[in-house]
Amino acid sequence: MLGRLQSLGHWALGTFERLGRASTLLLSILAGLPGLLLRPRLLIQQTFSIGVLSLLIIVVSGWFVGMVLGFQLYNTLVDFGADASLGPVIALTLVRELGPVVTALLFAGRAGSALTAEIGLMKATEQLSGMEMMAVDPIKRVLAPRFLGGVISMPLLAAIFSIVGVYGGYFVGVGLLGVDKGSYWAQMQSMVDFHDDVLNGIIKSVVFGVVATWIAVFEGYDAVPTSEGVSRATTRTVVHTSLAVLGLDFVLTALMYGVS
Amino acid sequence: MQARTLEIWVGLFVAAGFAALFLLAMQVSNLTMVGGGSSYLLKARFENIAGLKVRAPVTVAGVPVGRVTAITYDSDTYQAVVSMRIEAQYNKLPDDTSASVLTSGLVGEKYVGLEPGGDTEMLKNGSVIKLTQSSLVLENLIGKFLFSKASGGGK
Repeated sequence: MLGRLQSLGHWALGTFERLGRASTLLLSILAGLPGLLLRPRLLIQQTFSIGVLSLLIIVVSGWFVGMVLGFQLYNTLVDFGADASLGPVIALTLVRELGPVVTALLFAGRAGSALTAEIGLMKATEQLSGMEMMAVDPIKRVLAPRFLGGVISMPLLAAIFSIVGVYGGYFVGVGLLGVDKGSYWAQMQSMVDFHDDVLNGIIKSVVFGVVATWIAVFEGYDAVPTSEGVSRATTRTVVHTSLAVLGLDFVLTALMYGVS
Repeated sequence: MQARTLEIWVGLFVAAGFAALFLLAMQVSNLTMVGGGSSYLLKARFENIAGLKVRAPVTVAGVPVGRVTAITYDSDTYQAVVSMRIEAQYNKLPDDTSASVLTSGLVGEKYVGLEPGGDTEMLKNGSVIKLTQSSLVLENLIGKFLFSKASGGGK
């Protein structure tokens, strides 16, 4: 009994300790961000490897998600004779929910895991300690550009996902299933509000971007410097980011749309 | 990879991202209507606005010219006060314009339809539309229909 209690306490303390370390790391990364203005090259490089290289998977998934939404929603809506509402339903689904959330999940798998593995391996091969020996702060030099690159990339990727999805739905709905082209766009424009829907979607994706990159960078920096430790840290990044994104999405949705 | 190509790719990515945001704002949502320049305020009092919502379109001859910005209840007259913003370019609405709460389609959204009158005076910012026609409540209509059916059936 006491042993169980002790292990519970050990687990709780360990979790809080990790949380505290993650928070202090975030603070020192934020403190290192102004220094990036002097070295925009680092930021460009990271934006490339995080954002540009994620572009393909985002565009392809957005297109297919939009097409599937087109088919599924059309089949449901046509029963009520409301197939002209296909446009707004697709757009609202994508802009409010699927755009930010699916992008964040793909981002965790495509970019987050790579970030963790890269930083973890840098730690395992003692590159980070080497930098410290040369009086180069690895947080400023390695972590800060990656963090900012991720935070910049995420809302842009989510916006690209949503717009590609809207055109995917257009392709299926208007192109294949014969929904009226005019009502697809006109109803969409009259139902989707810039402030309530688009802006809230962007806020969501910014929050997800911060959380996803923060977790990825922290797990890499905090990894046990062995090959097993790095592999575990990579797994944790994907799992924790997905859970955090889904949980936060509920909270944000409740805050944005729950009380009207 | 060459630094130059790297920068070009990042530039393309950022441009594509902003283009997507721009399209979301312009093509998908109704930013063009809301942010569109100057406008003036009209008010109208209705007996019943059942189903009319804030941001519903205001139309003249079926053409959207503005939006409903606020709906309040006047407890002195027991009426609903609907505030509407009309785009400034549509400033030639006669003083005796009438407003009615209409429905687009059978189950569609409610909107405010303005019917211009023949007065030479024009509505100004803050004017109140005097002639109004309330929203059609289906239950009342069915009730009236049944009532007239029942009273007519005796003959």
